[in-house]
Amino acid sequence: MVDTTGVDTVVDSDLDAGWIRVGAGASLDALMRSLVPKGWFVPVSPGTRYVTVGGAIAADIHGKNHHSDGSFCSHVTSMLLATPTGTREITAASDPDLFWATAGGMGLTGIVLEATIELIPIETSFMLVDTERATDLDDCMARMTARDHEYRYSVAWIDCVARGAKLGRSVLTRAHHASRADLAEIGRSRGRSGDVDTTAFDPRVIAEVPFTPPRGLLNPLTVAAFNEMWYRKAPRLKTRDPQTIASYFHPLDALGSWNRLYGPRGFVQYQFVVPFDAEGALRSALERLSSKRVASFLAVLKRFGESDPGHLSFPSPGWTLALDIPAASPGLATLLDELDVVVTDAGGCVYLAKDSRLRPELLAAMYPRLSQWQEIRGRVDPKGTLVSDLGRRLGLVERAGPQPSAASRGRARVRRSAASGS
Amino acid sequence: MNDAMGMPQSAVVLGGTSDIARAIVRALAARRLRQVVLAGRDEVGLQGAAKELQALGVTEVGTANWDARDPDSHAALVKDVADRLGQVDLVLVAAGVLGDQEVCESDPKETISVLDTNFTGVAAAMAAFGALLRSQGHGRFVVLSSVAGVRVRRANFVYGASKAGLDAYAQGLADALRPSGAGVTIVRPGWVATRMTEGRSPAPMATTPEGVAADVVKGLERSADVVWSPAPLKILFGVLRLLPGSIWRRLPG
Repeated sequence: MVDTTGVDTVVDSDLDAGWIRVGAGASLDALMRSLVPKGWFVPVSPGTRYVTVGGAIAADIHGKNHHSDGSFCSHVTSMLLATPTGTREITAASDPDLFWATAGGMGLTGIVLEATIELIPIETSFMLVDTERATDLDDCMARMTARDHEYRYSVAWIDCVARGAKLGRSVLTRAHHASRADLAEIGRSRGRSGDVDTTAFDPRVIAEVPFTPPRGLLNPLTVAAFNEMWYRKAPRLKTRDPQTIASYFHPLDALGSWNRLYGPRGFVQYQFVVPFDAEGALRSALERLSSKRVASFLAVLKRFGESDPGHLSFPSPGWTLALDIPAASPGLATLLDELDVVVTDAGGCVYLAKDSRLRPELLAAMYPRLSQWQEIRGRVDPKGTLVSDLGRRLGLVERAGPQPSAASRGRARVRRSAASGS
Repeated sequence: MNDAMGMPQSAVVLGGTSDIARAIVRALAARRLRQVVLAGRDEVGLQGAAKELQALGVTEVGTANWDARDPDSHAALVKDVADRLGQVDLVLVAAGVLGDQEVCESDPKETISVLDTNFTGVAAAMAAFGALLRSQGHGRFVVLSSVAGVRVRRANFVYGASKAGLDAYAQGLADALRPSGAGVTIVRPGWVATRMTEGRSPAPMATTPEGVAADVVKGLERSADVVWSPAPLKILFGVLRLLPGSIWRRLPG
């Protein structure tokens, strides 16, 4: 296992031109804290700030702006990569094979030491959020298809427990970065005067889950009750609502150790994408989830835009559904196996950064450029030095021989910081 | 690698011809199991079990000659299995004989043979595989114990004692392995209809190898320390364990 969080310094930056060079262990949280007050934002922000730049590259993470800005590696102009055959600076132009094999390559082409990232200019640390409710899946998809392109950021929270006519009822939240003029205008309309610091960025952990509650706190009943409340409390329509970056992008980060809520057995993340013309697969997946009463506390639907050239990069044009499911849910293993087949048959794939249980036989069908990726990896790691649990489990890497002692054989076990999506 | 659902991809079976072990491996083959080494004494029986697994889609199946009672065979088996499988996700400990209680009581050699097969030999093999799992930092033992060892009966106390020893040993090994990331699941089946019990009348709450296998898969999904099969035996034996000896001795069967 390689922990890169010690390599987190800012190496270089040009904030007039809008780029920064950082150690790969720098977290997006640290970047935002230093950059947002200066008028810059990370190009892609997932649902948590607690991911490293190296992890963001290894998983080629996406955010609520994928339909407008693409995934993280589209904004990486250069990186310093330590491979078993040498350390080299690569760009998408200088070594496109290795660059795009590393983008989403789950850390198995080398260890990213530094990366240069293009930033997004912002005027304030606020988002202008439009919220609307959709009564069912068709309504939700129609609203997203019709108007996502008008927003930089878009995401829908879906009630995965609702069944029948309510299947897929959801709350859409779509947003732009607020300009100073936007905030001034809203302040005037609300009759407020005086200066508000509109560039501050100092999100705090509001509460901490102090201990792991007994199993079953998040069960179909409590999740159904929460979902009902969440859906009803959302405004039918509310526009230009100013929210902080943290509350729009990273609501869960405010609750320390929230993972404890899932009980001693924890939770399983599952995220897939299916092409736009395979909407039936999305519906089928939702129907299976709701009919089995598998309660996903967090279910998020999003439309992906164009993919980048990463061989194992997850996002591709289509619908993506992200789920956090209590691992103790009865019948979960079989249900997810069924969803894998639905997704594969529809020409989609699951997100490797979140995977912990995929049937390895499906990998090549989900990622048709797998063998090409393996060839490139073989070029920089001919002896198969870089291995990971994910790589072994899914057969991404060739089968390792016996390992009486990992250390004595000089094998590096690579596990990047977990990076999750929108 | 065991996945998030506790499902192994590679396994070695100690006692590869055991009916219960075969049912467990079949159930796991329907999930993620793709590489198996079947170890045991009965080469013909192992071959038959191997063919059955190949037909179920297990891509790599091998057999290994191993005798629990041969102290020199364990290290060689571990090395052989590690070479063939790479990573060992599951060590299924199923070697065992019922033995003949009456013969045991008159012939010390028979007693030694039963104890060596069911406990001493298996414990030595588990020590060798335990070292492998510890160095891997992952992997799980599934140990076929028995309710016969939970409270030992007059009718089969040599077998019961061997399982009691194995059960206790497995509990200790579980604690020893815990810090490394490896684990142990102890399985305590009741009366199971197998070749071992053929011709004997079933006890209450009797089950089948497939029933035990289903319980084991469920147990693996939750990384259970102990699996009772069927599950209500846990409650029954919670009570039976407390019975005074005078009543326990008079129970039928």
